[in-house]
Amino acid sequence: MIELVWLIPLFPAIGFLFNGLIGRWFNLDKRIVSWVACAALGLSFLFSILVFFALLKIAPEARDAVPDKVLFDWIVSGDLKTVIGYKVDPLSIIMALVVSGVSFFIHIYSVGYMHDDPGVTRYFAFLNLFVFMMLTLVLANNFLLMFVGWEGVGLCSYLLIGFWFDRDAPANAGKKAFVVNRVGDFGFLLAMFLIFAHLGTLEFNGVFAGAHSLDVVTVTLITLLLFVGATGKSAQIPLYVWLPDAMEGPTPVSSLIHAATMVTSGVYMIARCNILYSMAPVSMAVVAIFGAATAIFAASMGLLQFDIKRVLAYSTISQLGYMFLAVGVGAFSAGIFHLMTHAFFKGLLFLGAGSVMHAMSGELDMRKMGGIWKRIPITFWTFLLATLAIAGIPGFAGFFSKDEILWQTFNSGHRYLWLIGAAAAGMTAFYMFRLVFVTFFGRCRASEEVQHHIHESPPVMTVPLIVLACLSVIGGYVGIPHILGGRNIFHEFLQPVLGGHPEATGHATFSLVKPAFASEGAAMGNGINMELLLMGASVAIALIGIGIAFYLYIRKPEVPKRLGERFKTLYTIVFNKYYVDEIYDACFVKSTKRLGTFFWREFDDGVIDRSVNMVAKLMLWLGGVLRRIQTGRVQGYALGIILGAVVIIIFLMR
Amino acid sequence: MFSSVPPIYFLIVSAVIFAIGAMGVLVRRNAIVIFMCIEMMLSAVNLTLITASHYLNSLDGVLMVFFVMTVAAAEAAVGLAIFVLLFRGRRTIKVDEINLLKW
Repeated sequence: MIELVWLIPLFPAIGFLFNGLIGRWFNLDKRIVSWVACAALGLSFLFSILVFFALLKIAPEARDAVPDKVLFDWIVSGDLKTVIGYKVDPLSIIMALVVSGVSFFIHIYSVGYMHDDPGVTRYFAFLNLFVFMMLTLVLANNFLLMFVGWEGVGLCSYLLIGFWFDRDAPANAGKKAFVVNRVGDFGFLLAMFLIFAHLGTLEFNGVFAGAHSLDVVTVTLITLLLFVGATGKSAQIPLYVWLPDAMEGPTPVSSLIHAATMVTSGVYMIARCNILYSMAPVSMAVVAIFGAATAIFAASMGLLQFDIKRVLAYSTISQLGYMFLAVGVGAFSAGIFHLMTHAFFKGLLFLGAGSVMHAMSGELDMRKMGGIWKRIPITFWTFLLATLAIAGIPGFAGFFSKDEILWQTFNSGHRYLWLIGAAAAGMTAFYMFRLVFVTFFGRCRASEEVQHHIHESPPVMTVPLIVLACLSVIGGYVGIPHILGGRNIFHEFLQPVLGGHPEATGHATFSLVKPAFASEGAAMGNGINMELLLMGASVAIALIGIGIAFYLYIRKPEVPKRLGERFKTLYTIVFNKYYVDEIYDACFVKSTKRLGTFFWREFDDGVIDRSVNMVAKLMLWLGGVLRRIQTGRVQGYALGIILGAVVIIIFLMR
Repeated sequence: MFSSVPPIYFLIVSAVIFAIGAMGVLVRRNAIVIFMCIEMMLSAVNLTLITASHYLNSLDGVLMVFFVMTVAAAEAAVGLAIFVLLFRGRRTIKVDEINLLKW
C-alpha cells in the first residue's frame, strides 16, 4: 500500500490538467469542473488515509526507514543525481493527511463560495495545482524536488492572490507576495548549494546520514540559510509583510494557502531538517527568537485591525511564530502538532469569515457588522469553536498544542521566550474574542439593505465548517500531555523522525539552547507541578484576554474609543502596523526601484542602446562618404579594376 | 618554325597589345572604340593562352581560348545592341555623358 504514495499528488495533477486544458478549451459546465476538482482531492485524501494506515501497521522503529518510492531519474549530470521520489515516514504522512484533508473540505466549500464567479474553472485549476505542488513539497525525498514544490506553491499563491487581477489591489498583492518570497527562496537555494557542495547529494536520507561529517560552522550556515527560506514562505519577521496583503485573494484561498497549508511549509521544512538544526544550536536560538518575536509582534498588530481577514492574517503570522518557537527550542513534534491543529481551526476561521462575508454582501469591515449571530447560527457556532480553540481554552485543539509549545519552551530553559509566548497567547485570546464580539454581538451596524440580505450559507459551505469545527475540538486529543494522563500519541507517532538524536545533539555545546527532548526525562521527575502551574497560567492569561475583550466590546463599547484617544500616538502606530510597510518601502523598495531606474536610464539607455545607435550612425556617415566613389563614369570604374588587378599581381609576385 | 622563337616574344607582344587595349578603355570616350579596345585585350589574352598551350604541350589553353572567343562573340552581340538603343535614346554614345547610374 505504501508503494502507492505517488498516487497522492497524482490526482490533483490530473485535476489541474483536466480543468486547466479541457475545462478551459471546451468551456465545460462549472458543475463538472468543480466535481472533478473535488473528486481529485477526495481520491488524494483517501489514498493519504490508506497509506497512513499502512504505515501504522509497520513497527514504530521501522517507520522512518520505509524505502523511498522512486519513480524515475530526474536530473543526472556529473555528480548530481536527482530522482522524482516520494518519502513516506510519520512526518510526511501527517503533512499529507493535513494538506489533502483540509484541502478537500476547502474545495467543497469553494464550490459554494465561488458559485457565481465567472473564473471558476481557472480557480479550481489553480487550486488543484496548488495541492499538487504542496503534496510534492511534503512528500519529496530530496531537497530539489522539495524546492520544486516550494516554488510551485509560491506560484499558485501568486496566481490565486491575484485571482481577481482586473482590480489593482489583488494584482499588486500577488506581486508583493511573489517578490518577498523570492528573497526567502534565495536563502533556500544557497543552502541547497552548500549541502550539495559538502555532501554531494540532495537526498534527505543521504544528507541526514552524512550530516555528522559537517563542521558546526557549515551546518549553522546551512540551517540559517534554510531559515531565511522559511521566513519568506512562512511569513516570519522580517519577511512577513506579504501575508496580510495576500488577503486580497478569494477567502477559501486565504484559508487553504495562507493559513492552513502553504505558510506552514517552512515549519515542516525545519522539522524535516531537524538533524541539521540539532547540530547547530546558534541556528536553533535564532529560529526560536525570531519565532517568539514574530508571535508577539504580529499578535499586537492584530489587536486593532477592523478587517476580519486581516485580523486573521496577523493571527496566522503570530501562530506561525509559535510553531517556529517550538522547532527553535527543539520541540519539533510540538511544532508539527500545532501546525496540524492550527490548520484545522485557522482554516475554519477563514472559512467562517468567508461565510460571514457571504451573509453580509461581501463586507469585510467588522465595524459594519454586529448582532448577526442569530441570523447565521452555524457560521457563528463553528466560528466560536475555532476561536475557543485558538484562544487556548482547555478541551479544544489549540489548548493542547499551544500549551505543549509553551511548556517545552519553558522546560528547555527559555524563560523569557516563554514569557513572550504567554503574552502573545493573551493577546491572541483578546483579539480573537474582540473579533467575535464585534462581528456577531451588539447592535447591527450594517445598512438596511445589507441587513435584509443576511442569510446562512448553503449546506455545501456549512458542512465543511462543521467538519472542521469537529476537528478543531477533537484534533487536540491525539496529543494529550502525560501530565494530564494522556499518552501523547502524536508525539509517539513522530518519535522515529523527530525524536531524540543523541548522536547529533552531541554537537550542542552552545548553552543557550538545550534541546527539549534531552531534558525531558529530568523534567518528568521534578517538573510536574511546574508544568501544571504553567498550564494554569496560560489558561488564566487566555481568560484574562477574553475578559478584557468582553469588558471593552460588550459591557462598555465606548471605552475602546476613549482609550484610543488617550493613547493616540501608540494607537496610531499600532493601527498602522508599526509603519513596517512604509519603512520597507523607504528602505528597500524605493532604493531598488531607483537602482532599477538608474540602470534603465544610465546603462540600458545610456550604454547599450547608445552604442547600438552609434554603430548605426557611423555606418550611415561612412556610407555618405563612400558613395561619392560611385560617380557613374565607367572609365573611373575601369581604372579602379585595373589598379586593383595591378595591386593583386604585385602582391602575388612579391 | 615556331619552336625557334622563344616564348618571351609572344608574351611581350601579347602584353603590349593588352596594355594598348587597357589604355584605350581608360582614355577613349566613344563606346564603340572602348568596345574594340576590350576586344583587343581579349585577343591579347588569347595569344598568351595559345603561347602557353603550345610551349607546355597542353590543350588546356586552347580550350580556354574557345571559351573566350565564344564569350567575346556573345558580348559583341549584346554590347552593340545596347549601344544602338543607347544612341536612340540619348543621341550619344560618349561614356562620359552616360553617367546616370551614380549616387
